[in-house]
Amino acid sequence: MKQTAKKTIISLKDIFMSYDGEVILNHINLDINEKEFVTILGPSGCGKTTTLRIIGGFIEPDSGDVFFDGKRINGTPPNKRNVNTVFQKYSLFPHLNVFDNVAFGLKLKKVPKSEIKRKVTQMLKTVDLKGYEKRSVSKLSGGQQQRVAIARALVCDPDVILLDEPLGALDLKLRKSMQLELKEIQQKTQKTFIYVTHDQEEALTMSDRVVVMNNGVIEQIGTPEDIYNEPVNAFVADFIGEANILNGTMVDDCRINILGKELECVDKGFGKNTPVDVVIRPEDIEITSPENGQLVGTVEKSTFKGVHYEMSVMCGKCEILIHSTKSAEIGSKIGMKVIPFNIQIMNKLLPFYNNELEAEVKYSNKDENYFEFELEGETITVNGQSFEEGTKLRITLPPSALSLAGDGIGDLKDVYIESVVYKGEHNEIILESDERKWLMLSDTDEQVATYVPLKFDFSKASFEVING
Amino acid sequence: MKSRKPSVPYIIWMLVFTLIPIVMIGFTAFTDKQGNFTLENFSKAFFYTDVFMKSLWIALLSTAVCLLLAYPLAYMITRMKESTQNTVIMLFMIPMWMNFLLRIYAWVTLLQDNGPIDMALSILGIHGTYIGNTFAVTLGMVYEYLPFMVLPIYTVMSKIDNGLIEAAQDLGSNSFNVFRKVIAPLSVPGIISGITMVFVPSASTFLVAQYLGGTDDIMIGDIIDKIFWTDQNTGSAISLILMIFIFVFLILMNFFGDEEAIA
Repeated sequence: MKQTAKKTIISLKDIFMSYDGEVILNHINLDINEKEFVTILGPSGCGKTTTLRIIGGFIEPDSGDVFFDGKRINGTPPNKRNVNTVFQKYSLFPHLNVFDNVAFGLKLKKVPKSEIKRKVTQMLKTVDLKGYEKRSVSKLSGGQQQRVAIARALVCDPDVILLDEPLGALDLKLRKSMQLELKEIQQKTQKTFIYVTHDQEEALTMSDRVVVMNNGVIEQIGTPEDIYNEPVNAFVADFIGEANILNGTMVDDCRINILGKELECVDKGFGKNTPVDVVIRPEDIEITSPENGQLVGTVEKSTFKGVHYEMSVMCGKCEILIHSTKSAEIGSKIGMKVIPFNIQIMNKLLPFYNNELEAEVKYSNKDENYFEFELEGETITVNGQSFEEGTKLRITLPPSALSLAGDGIGDLKDVYIESVVYKGEHNEIILESDERKWLMLSDTDEQVATYVPLKFDFSKASFEVING
Repeated sequence: MKSRKPSVPYIIWMLVFTLIPIVMIGFTAFTDKQGNFTLENFSKAFFYTDVFMKSLWIALLSTAVCLLLAYPLAYMITRMKESTQNTVIMLFMIPMWMNFLLRIYAWVTLLQDNGPIDMALSILGIHGTYIGNTFAVTLGMVYEYLPFMVLPIYTVMSKIDNGLIEAAQDLGSNSFNVFRKVIAPLSVPGIISGITMVFVPSASTFLVAQYLGGTDDIMIGDIIDKIFWTDQNTGSAISLILMIFIFVFLILMNFFGDEEAIA
C-alpha cells in the first residue's frame, strides 16, 4: 500500500489507561502517517476521545509511550506539543473577537504584529470568514464558530490537528457541507488530521484511513473501502453501514453453510466445520425468481428510498435486508442470489457459543433441592438441583439462559455490554463481567457501553460433575 | 403583551420600602423642622467633608485589601478538588453566622493593649498600639467584608469552562499565560460585583470605627447615626449626599465593566 512508504508522525505504543478501576484503553498501538486524514471511529465510551486527549497531552496514559516524529513525548504539556486541537464544544474565548481568537496562538509565539495580521487574514479567508474579524464569537452561528475553531488551530501551523467530534453540534445539512470543507482544508494545507467521531458515514466520507475502536481496543484499521468491504468481525460490519450478519459454518475452504444452504465463497483457512460470522451487504443481494435463487424467502416489508427499495425478507426464521432497484410485492416469494466474492466470512467475536463455567458447590440443601456456588465474589443460588458440598461442577449455560434482570437484581450486578449485533433472528449480545465474557441472546435492543444486572436461568443449564 | 400581574407584589414592595422612603429622605433633606424649603441642611452637612473623605478612603482601602486577598484565594479554591472547594467556602461563611457586633468585640479584645496580639508581639520585643487607628478600622472592615469579595469572584471563576483553559494550553499558553489571557479577563465580572458588594456597605457602615478607630477615625455612618437623633433634616441631607456618591460609584463600575467586556 501507498501509506507504508509515508513517514510516521505519531505513534502510540502499548497505551494502557484506566479510570476508577475501569479499563478505558487496553494496550493500544497506533501509527499515524504524515499528511494523512485518520478517523478514529467508535461508539460512545469506546475510548476514542481518550486516545485523542493522550495525543494532545491533556491526560497521561497509565503506561505506554507516545512518540511524535520519533521522539517520546510522554509528560510534555500541551503547550509544548506541536499539535493543535479543535474541541468538541469549540471552546472559543468569549472575551475575544474573531480576529483575536484566531491570533491567540500566534501572539503567544511572539510573532510580529504585521505577520499575525497577514496570517490571520489569510486563514480567515481559507475558512470562508473574510470580513468577520471584528465580530464577537458569541454572535456567530454554529458553523461559523466551528470554522473559527478550525482557523485558530490551523493558523499555528502545527504538524498535526486533532478534531474531537467537531461537527457533532451542527445540523445535518451543515454537517455534510462542513465534512467536504474539512477534507478540502486538509488537502489544501497538507496537514495530518486526526478526527474522532461516532458517525460512520462521516468517517467513510473524509478519511484516508479509519480506525475502528470498541471497548478500549482497536478492532480494525484500514481504508474506508477495506473497512466497508472486508470488516474483520461482526462488530465492525454492524457498525459500518448496513449489513446482514448471519451465523454460518465454514464447511471447507470456499464452502459456507448459511440458513441451511451450502454456498460458494472465496475465503479460505478457517478450517473445516468452523462456526463463523457471515456478512452480506444488502446491496449485494440480487433478487431472482424463486427457482433461480440460492435462498428463498417471503417479502415482509418494502420501502421506496428514492434510489432503491429497502426490503425485509423472511428466510425461514431469519430476517434479511435487501437494497435493490427492483421491487417485489409484499407477501410474494422471491429468490436471492449472492456472488461468492460478496460473501464476507469473519471469525466469531467470541471463541465459544455456550457459556461454560467451573464452580465448586459451597452449600447444598437436599431437602429444598438447591445449592449455592461463588462466582466473581457473588453467591449464586441454583434451584432444582443439588450436589454434595465441595463437588466441582462444569455448568454450561446456552446464550438463551442469560437475561438482563428486569427487576434490577441480577446474579451478577454490573455487567458491561460490549457489543450488540443483530443476527437476523435475535440480537447477539456480548457481555463482560469482572473476569470473563458472556454471550447472550435477546430480542430487545440493548444500549452498548452500559452496565446492567445479569440473570442466569439454570433450568436451561446443564451440569457435569468433574471430580466424582 | 406579557401579563403584569405577577410583578404587582414587587411593585408594591419597591413603592413602600424603596421609593417612598427615598422621597421622604429627599423631602426632609430640603426642609427645616417647620417644613419650609431650605438648603441649610446641606451647608451643615459640608461641615463633615473631612469625615466623608475619611470614610470613602477607608472604604476604598478596605475594598483594595479585600480584593488583593480574595482574588488569589478564590483562584486557589477553584483549583482544589470539588469536595474540598465546598468545605473551604463553608469555612469562609461560618464567621458570618456570628453576630456582627460580637465579631467586632472579638477584634477589640484581640487588639487592645495587653491583649493577646500585644502580648505576643511584646515577647518578640515589638511594642505598639494596635487599636484606635485607621489600621484597626481597615482590619475590622476587611474581616467583615472579605466573604463578599471571595464569593462573587469564586463563583465567576469556577464557572469558567475547563475547555477554555485546555484550549489556551493547546495554543501554547503556560499556566501563567492561561491565567493572564483567559482566567483574569473572564473573572472581571466577579471582581466588579465583589468591589460593589464590599465598597458600598463599607462606605456607609457604622460601629466598626467607633469600636476599633481612634478619635479622628469617625465614619459618615456613625455621624448619621448620631445626628439623626437630634436633627433628622441634616441627617437626611448627609444620607442623600452619600447615596449620590455611591450612585456615581456604581455608574463608574458599570461603565468600567462594560468596557472590559468589549476590550
